[in-house]
Order: sequence, then C-alpha cells, then structure tokens
Amino acid sequence: MYVIVVGGGRLGYYLSKGLLSEGHEVLVIEKDQTKVERIEEELGSICLQGDGCEATILEDAGTERASLLVAVTDEDEDNLVACQVAKYMFNVPRVIARISNPKNETLFMKLGIDVTVSATNLILEHIGQEVPSHPLIHLMELKDRDLEMVEVRIPLDAPSAGKQLKDLSLPQGSLVLLIIKGHDIAVPTPETIVEPDNRIIAVTNTQAEQQLRTGLAGG
Amino acid sequence: MKVLIMGCGRVGAQLASLLDGEGFQVTVLDIDSGSFRRLSPTFAGTALLGDGTDEDSLRKAGIEEMDAFVAVTQGDNRNVMAAQIAKHIFNVPRVLCRIYDPLRQELYEKLELEAISPTRVFASLLRDRLIEGKR
Repeated sequence: MYVIVVGGGRLGYYLSKGLLSEGHEVLVIEKDQTKVERIEEELGSICLQGDGCEATILEDAGTERASLLVAVTDEDEDNLVACQVAKYMFNVPRVIARISNPKNETLFMKLGIDVTVSATNLILEHIGQEVPSHPLIHLMELKDRDLEMVEVRIPLDAPSAGKQLKDLSLPQGSLVLLIIKGHDIAVPTPETIVEPDNRIIAVTNTQAEQQLRTGLAGG
Repeated sequence: MKVLIMGCGRVGAQLASLLDGEGFQVTVLDIDSGSFRRLSPTFAGTALLGDGTDEDSLRKAGIEEMDAFVAVTQGDNRNVMAAQIAKHIFNVPRVLCRIYDPLRQELYEKLELEAISPTRVFASLLRDRLIEGKR
C-alpha cells in the first residue's frame, strides 16, 4: 500500500519506519531540509521536501495513487488542510490526522477526516483508568459506525449491584459483551448477577453511552 | 451588523477600522496583543486576545451572535480551519477567509467556503494595469 506521511518530526519518522518494516511504500513530505536529511540518512530516499498542504507538492508525490495519507505535523490546522486537500483534490480514500486540541476531533470528523488521533485524549483516558471514581472508560471507537467499546466498573454503592442483568434498565443500542469478576471472564447471560468491583465490557452507540453508565454504575 | 475579525494584521486592522467607522459592531481577535496597536485610535469596537482556531476562544468572542466572520491571519491553514469552525460548528451566516495559495483557494471554493486569494486578485490587477493601462 502506498502511504504518504505529512510531517517528518519524531512521530513521522517512527511511523514511516514502522510502515516500511511492514513492507509498505512510504513517502514523507517535510518542509525542513535538516529533518529531510536526517530521515534519509536513516531510512533511505523516502522524502520529498516541501509543504504537504500544497497541491503542487502533493501532485509531485503522486498522491492520486496513495491509499492513505497521514498528517502528523505539530499544527492541527496544517494536518486538517493536508488531509482535506488529499481527500477532495486527489481522492485519497483514507486520511488520518493527528490532533493536539481534543476539541478538534468532532470538527475534523465533520470536515471529512476519516480518523483523528489525539495524544491528549489517549493520555487523559489512561489517567481516567487509574482513577477509581471514573466508572466508564473508553476502550476503542468504531468510528464509521458511531459505536464504541467501553468498560464500566461497578462501584460499591451501585444500584445495579446484586441484580440480574435482565432487571437493569440498559439502553437500546448497547450490548454487554463480557463480565470480568476478579480473574474470571464470562460471557454474561440475562441471569448473570452484577456485583461490586465487576468490570463490564460493552459496546454502545454514543447516544446511549450516558444511559448505559447510569444503568450499570448509577449516578 | 456584528462582525468578528480574526487576525489584527494590516488587513484585519484596516477592515476593523473601516467597518467600525461605518457603524458596525466589530470584534477583533488576535493571539498577539501588540497587534492591536494597528487599530485606528478612534476604533470603538472590541479587541480580544485569543486563538480563532479554538472553539472556546471563539465562543468568548461572541461568535454565536455574529452575523459575519472574517479570517485574515497570516496563515492560510489557520484561516481555513477557523472559517470552517465558524461555518460548520457555529453556523455564522456569512464567512469569508483569505487564502494566499491560489490552488488551495480554488479547492475551498469548491467546498463552499467563500475564500479570496490576494495573490490571484493582485496579480490580475497588475496585469490589467500593465496591459490595459487601467487605473
């Protein structure tokens, strides 16, 4: 697969290295000559020096035959524009943008970016996992379907504790997949009893997320 | 009419002063407070420190009540992003943005963003003066 990486910073470098080792064809577009030289010294002639938001540079890069463009510069706005130019001018089927401001996730999705990756959000979610007062953790998003996989930890005082799953008011559009009790993992039945400290893995659509959380963990 | 101008460079400041003089309610947003010295001494509008590509800053600048939004920072991509936030998140009725790069301007026009390329406009102005002697 031909992948274009816009931005040859550390992230762009390691990403390209990983893609190359998996046998993909990679081209890095980077403005800064010093960064270009550093990458080429390590990884060979895989760079094009220039602005990855400019149509002429993307044309030189053969963007119309790329299966994927990943924009990983430090600036959200540059990543947005590189992705939009690739998608709407060169019909690249899939574009991925790195974002620093987590609020840009919704905006970028609205503007046609297929996937956004936010280090800020990832770190916040990991911190959330360490904090016991935070009962719902996002595990994974299935973005094109508007679904997400979440983990809900049952607090001691949860109204659901001691009840069977079928007796809980869980929303339409959510499905409990697994229930983790200590070291045991089980596929729940409607009769499974929910106990404090259980961890429940569920798939839900984003609208039902809040209701699922209150149904399982209360409050 | 309420207008929010992002970027208080020469063009932004000039536009702000013009509109202010004509009685519009003008707010200017810039990340550098030093840039506000470009506003005319009689400017009666609001000058706010803030990043126009950040939703919260835009909200603080009152974007929800604006009739028009103009993005004229030095960065094409900043302008494009802020204009798209104004249009698609806040539904501002009239959104204008400056894009120096003519190719990028063409693309965003196709994506229904009202974009002006000073490069293209000025080149054709120069051409007209040279060839047709227009003044």
